[in-house]
Amino acid sequence: MNAPDHPDTVRAAEAAPPPPPRRRGLSDRALAWVFIAPVIALLLAINIFPLLWNIWLSFTNYRANRPGMDVRGMGTGNYERLLGQDDVWESLQHTAHFVTWSLFFQVVIGFALAWLINKQFRGSGLWTTLIVLPMMLSPAVVGTFWTYLYQPQVGIFNAIVGFFTGSTHFSMIADRDLAPWAIVLVDTWMWTPFVMLICLAGLRSVPQDLYEAAEIDGASPLRQFVTITLPMVLPFLMLAVLFRGIENFKMFDMVVELTSGGPGSVTELANIFLKREAFEKWRTGYAAALAVILFVTVFGFANIYVKAWNTVKQR
Amino acid sequence: MSTSAHSIVEPGPRIKWVAGILVAAYALLTLIPIVWIVMTGFKSPTDAIAYPPKVFFEPTLEGYVNVFTSRSRQSPEYMANLPPAETWYEELVRKRNMVITGPSRFADRYTNSLIIGFGSTFLTVVLGVMAAYAFSRFKVPLKDDLMFFILSTRMFPPVAVAIPIFLMYRELGLSDTHLGMIVLYTAVNLSLAVWLLKGFIDEIPREYEEAAMVDGYSRFQAFMKVVLPQAKAGIAATAIFSLIFSWNEYNFAILLTSGNAQTAPPFIPLIIGEGGLDWPAVAAATTLFILPVLFFTVLLRKYLLAGITFGAVR
Repeated sequence: MNAPDHPDTVRAAEAAPPPPPRRRGLSDRALAWVFIAPVIALLLAINIFPLLWNIWLSFTNYRANRPGMDVRGMGTGNYERLLGQDDVWESLQHTAHFVTWSLFFQVVIGFALAWLINKQFRGSGLWTTLIVLPMMLSPAVVGTFWTYLYQPQVGIFNAIVGFFTGSTHFSMIADRDLAPWAIVLVDTWMWTPFVMLICLAGLRSVPQDLYEAAEIDGASPLRQFVTITLPMVLPFLMLAVLFRGIENFKMFDMVVELTSGGPGSVTELANIFLKREAFEKWRTGYAAALAVILFVTVFGFANIYVKAWNTVKQR
Repeated sequence: MSTSAHSIVEPGPRIKWVAGILVAAYALLTLIPIVWIVMTGFKSPTDAIAYPPKVFFEPTLEGYVNVFTSRSRQSPEYMANLPPAETWYEELVRKRNMVITGPSRFADRYTNSLIIGFGSTFLTVVLGVMAAYAFSRFKVPLKDDLMFFILSTRMFPPVAVAIPIFLMYRELGLSDTHLGMIVLYTAVNLSLAVWLLKGFIDEIPREYEEAAMVDGYSRFQAFMKVVLPQAKAGIAATAIFSLIFSWNEYNFAILLTSGNAQTAPPFIPLIIGEGGLDWPAVAAATTLFILPVLFFTVLLRKYLLAGITFGAVR
């Protein structure tokens, strides 16, 4: 293949006795396909095929709880109904609130932590490992045990807040105004370490001589931060925002176990809405249309974002 | 990674000290929920709902006994006529006028998590390392497009494919089977695995296999005997990431499993006692459930960065 270009290989080939005329086993080309085919086949079967099926379903009135039914095409009926429905728009608003605020807190706290850890104080490795623990847990299990921590009066969360404010008689997850913040808080608790780790990778990639040069030029620490640190870390920060944005847009498990969309529907995210339509009301075609809309939204945003990211990265 | 000791930009001791305090304070704050849950696992039901919350309490294994057993309440007369309890856990349960009627399903669910977790991890690593090797070493047509395709499957919201996978699994009889879950989690994990492993294999010099092939090994033998051992660290990191994902997954588990192959995450929120969730038991189950993850996180800390960014920023 491209072996002959390589100086070391050329030398090895000259030194070694002439290679045997025919190698045993498969040719490289065949081997490449044997090695790659299973992955591609599996991804086609579990991702692409279901995705296409989902698109087809979104134009029908199919109901998964009635397998024998006569499936009729609906044209764009499902989509029209969806976009005309207030619940759908509300669930999208809840999602937007959740995604925006959790991203905001995670980026601010995550970056600050990374910046502090990068000072390389004693024991920073140990603390980093401890801080990372929440993101390694199961979101559903996290949601479950936070309902306990959020219990009015008897929960530790209320006890801590009560210590500072004097009031323990409130319920984060049963109060219409507090519940949207309750899910933001748990998500921030869980995923700030993720943003922190990526920012840390960014900070460590900054060449130290840039700072030394700036120091010699007499640039203030603030100026160094703005002109060196931020631009160098920005591609990393943007990557963290991309990953967390996509993940939070898909959010389901943690919030279902924490509030199951309530009280009322103030924490009903788009995915929870979709799950209800698909597997409780069994409006499969209708839910499939919403899935398509969500998918197109994520993919559209992600593509625009990745373009912007590439521009930043190449600067 | 580290700045040289005499660098003029090395932070001063005072700054380091302040940074250390702030980070440690955040870490301790962020650990409170986890520590609290572990503690709750050792509380009695009354201590678990005491007001104000109890920091000091008499530890009991009741929560753990409750996780693993089914119990029924009996009349005081019935209790009085029972022969003496044979085991410490039977005795613990009897204090609440209950008798053990059999094991709970928690052990089954935990075992399912282990089977599905390790099964999909094994498959992910085998398929992932093969594909990563091919992408790293061979001229594959449309290589960049294929790599991007593999990565893009990670962006799919599960909802976009959940309904058809549900229907497909129902058709194929894969619902609520270990095999079905293993295949599904493998597909989900592969994008990360291929990218991560390709990064590790790219770092192994090609000369190693080429030398082996000059010695008469076939390409496949060279891959098995030379490349695989060199990629050990990468394989271990990939395996642990896959395992943690399958271990924690909930969305597909709740949709596609009900009895036979149900994993622990959908089960834990359903541990009901008298009057709502049995909090000490839920906390005990949670503790048992997160224990392996804590262990692997400590093992994994070296690879966390590589795993999360999978070399996307270089």
